[in-house]
Amino acid sequence: MCSLCGVLGSNEHWTDAAARPGVFTRGRATPDRRRERVERVRAANEMLAGFGLVLSDWQGASFVLSTKTGRTEIVEDLGHLWPAAERLVGRACDPLDAAFIARMEARCVD
Amino acid sequence: MWIETDGFLPVYLLTGFLGSGKTTLLKRILADPAFADTAVLINEFGEIGLDHDLVERVDGEMVLLRSGCVCCTVRGELAATLKDLYSRRERGLLPPFRRVIIESTGLADPFPVLSTIKADPVLRHHFCAGSVITTVDAVNGLRQLDTYIESNRQAAIADRLVVTKTDLVMDGEGQALRERLRVLNPDAPILKAADPDLDLSSLIAVQTDVSPSSSLSPSGFYCEEPTQLISADGMPHQAAISSIALRIDRPVDWTAFGLWLTMLLNRHGGRVLRVKGILNLSGEERPVAVHGVQHLVHIPVHMEEWPSDDRASRLVFILDGLDGGVLKRSFEAFTLAPVPQRSSAAPSLIAAQ
Repeated sequence: MCSLCGVLGSNEHWTDAAARPGVFTRGRATPDRRRERVERVRAANEMLAGFGLVLSDWQGASFVLSTKTGRTEIVEDLGHLWPAAERLVGRACDPLDAAFIARMEARCVD
Repeated sequence: MWIETDGFLPVYLLTGFLGSGKTTLLKRILADPAFADTAVLINEFGEIGLDHDLVERVDGEMVLLRSGCVCCTVRGELAATLKDLYSRRERGLLPPFRRVIIESTGLADPFPVLSTIKADPVLRHHFCAGSVITTVDAVNGLRQLDTYIESNRQAAIADRLVVTKTDLVMDGEGQALRERLRVLNPDAPILKAADPDLDLSSLIAVQTDVSPSSSLSPSGFYCEEPTQLISADGMPHQAAISSIALRIDRPVDWTAFGLWLTMLLNRHGGRVLRVKGILNLSGEERPVAVHGVQHLVHIPVHMEEWPSDDRASRLVFILDGLDGGVLKRSFEAFTLAPVPQRSSAAPSLIAAQ
């Protein structure tokens, strides 16, 4: 448990099971782990951009999700990202939404 | 199916609609020497449990969950019961059983049982979700699938489908049921309870040979017209259980896939009855096997090597009321690795530090 915020160390999220063991293991600050987290943040921000949200890494331990007006939530892992995003923007983040898909497709063409 | 059993006690779920022969199958299973170390939980609907009186011989332990359906309402009780079983096993009060079978009521949506095991902070360190075995009645099965949403969900979520009472129907009817089950659940083996050669241990055997070719329907795409089903308590439920098989030749970006699937399950988890497949990841030699049931995703397994020469990613989704075509488009838009010429400045900056 983190003695500052009282967050219980949770089990690994399924997305942490990368092919390179240890890259998402907490308590290790290897460059690999930092790199994976940066890549996660980058990929997440591509998806979150249309909602006016920005995700950033927080101390290599959690993520911080913010709106453009500064409302912020700490996100433990990817399992908590989308419910938090929906709370902050007040609407659904739906990957089956036609406009959302079109935006992601446009990104691929760029 | 890929289940992490090392050091964990697998919990198998035996489900099937009312009267579909679950208890009969359970009795057969328990009589089999291969299942000697099995603890059984029987969950019943209604004031008076009857099924436990019908199970004559139980090696190990049997507990009756009296509060009714193994749905959200008794999840706490299920968790408590499993913990108690484990505690008694560890204290030597029970034989050291090696697996647990839960016989659910005919009305249960099987998912909460699996999620209970995964979500409970104690249980998840001792138990793992085993396979879901669903019995389907050859006499009434088709009608139940046409009428009840629970019946469809039980069939769609199964790792093994066992057709019962086949001796009571003509061959043609059996074939129609088989085809229907194939559509709902393209890759679960369909076994016949009446088959004299039926190897009961195959019901719980971990499927180590991940054979992607057999896990996909040849057509690759099936979608059912929406129909009006009802739940067992009579509430209408607009549903169209469909399965879609994707085959993707471009490598998949694991990070993007993780984000996409968590987003999809967050929004539509109740309607993604199943996701299962093998992915070719960008930047990785080895494939990864993914397996999820509704909101629950098993820990993906990064396999040692490809099971065959076919290096394409293959995924099967079993959906309830979602448009498979849109899902396919969404998958491709979100998760495919960017084409090589695309620059990604941020990761390379960090890598250079």
